[in-house]
Amino acid sequence: MNVAIVKYNAGNIYSVMHALKRLGITPTLTDDAELLSKADRVLFPGQGEASTAMSYLREHNLDKVICSLRQPVLGICIGQQLMCRHSEEGDTDCLGIFPLDVKRFQPVLHTDKVPQMGWNEIYDLKSPLFNGIKEKEFIYNVHSFYVPYDKEYTIATCEYILPYSAALHKDNFFATQFHPEKSGDVGERILKNFLEL
Amino acid sequence: MLAKRIIPCLDVKDGMTVKGTNFVNLRTAGDPVELGKAYSDNGADELCFLDITASFEGRKTFTEMVSRVAAQINIPFTVGGGVQEIRDVERLLNAGADKVSINSAAIYNPALIDEIAQHFGSQVIVCAIDARNDQDGWHCYTKGGRQRQELGLYDWAHEVQERGAGEILFTSMDHDGVKEGFANEALAHLADHLSIPIIASGGAGNMEHFRDAFTIGKADAALAASVFHFGEIRIPDLKAYLHKENIVTRL
Repeated sequence: MNVAIVKYNAGNIYSVMHALKRLGITPTLTDDAELLSKADRVLFPGQGEASTAMSYLREHNLDKVICSLRQPVLGICIGQQLMCRHSEEGDTDCLGIFPLDVKRFQPVLHTDKVPQMGWNEIYDLKSPLFNGIKEKEFIYNVHSFYVPYDKEYTIATCEYILPYSAALHKDNFFATQFHPEKSGDVGERILKNFLEL
Repeated sequence: MLAKRIIPCLDVKDGMTVKGTNFVNLRTAGDPVELGKAYSDNGADELCFLDITASFEGRKTFTEMVSRVAAQINIPFTVGGGVQEIRDVERLLNAGADKVSINSAAIYNPALIDEIAQHFGSQVIVCAIDARNDQDGWHCYTKGGRQRQELGLYDWAHEVQERGAGEILFTSMDHDGVKEGFANEALAHLADHLSIPIIASGGAGNMEHFRDAFTIGKADAALAASVFHFGEIRIPDLKAYLHKENIVTRL
């Protein structure tokens, strides 16, 4: 299977590459429109700041390329946020694949730390992406911004300060706020499910 | 609910894990990658690898080890030891580490924290602080605990947060290796005054000590080495115990 990872300026893609290798896949890291559109699966991972990432995607015409993809695409962490309409981070207009807006966590109690860092549970799982995954399994998170729960697009919910979208789905586009590549065997199964969609 | 994290720490010298008592008397305890994999399979939430070799050759061996860990392990891991400048951070992140811990270098050059945060984001920075409760209060120490600094623990912890550290790994030198519990009072003070996660380190001897670090010390994570390496506490038993004590853990 030919799996491409979108190459852009929101780094740490090493763990995603390693996770795919553990599943027997050697991914191609590329920003080439043709390679991306011809791949069987496309991953759009990353960590970074939304406005910087979006400027880079626009400069390299990757915004249009990503939106035009027709095979299953999986956004991870900031990848999910960039696939939304707008992000509060840097007041950034994003790709608009999901008609949802990204917000910053607002602590309610002193114990509400931002970013959320660590393992939390996902529930209300509603997608083949979660085949074989039980309700309330733990997944690994590192993020300060989140996509609010949406009854149409949310396919997994997580609760931190408030319930939010741990994963989204629309047509061929899937996205997780958490890091499946760092979520132990549960995350590995989710990546495997994505490859088998 | 966000789970409290259990983090086994592996001190690595010349490619092998070691653990000292009160920062001296090193004992050898196995291959770091194999040990890391075993911990991950047993339910560790994260791993921490500290390079305690100072030589250039040692650093190269360590970087190779980081790549092997990244290839084989599917949970987050932090690496550190001897990180002096941004190029060291870049080298370790490129080898596949999720986070890098900085210690003495941050005290000698605090702007390093800002620089790393700007380049790679706060989430990669674990600021390690070694401190001791001296007669005139908690003071930071550098050079593996050999050099006392005038800098107070709480002031420094606040400064590293403001400069962009993602987490604080606080090791009490008074408690480290003694196995009589973590420095819960100082931990709680840090937790009450800071908004970034605090990792408790130094003092784990039994399962109750972990519970206390989370309840009394209000820590977000607890790190230990020898109790895990020598099998005195098994991580599945510890997780089950904490769960029974109503502490949220990833079982």
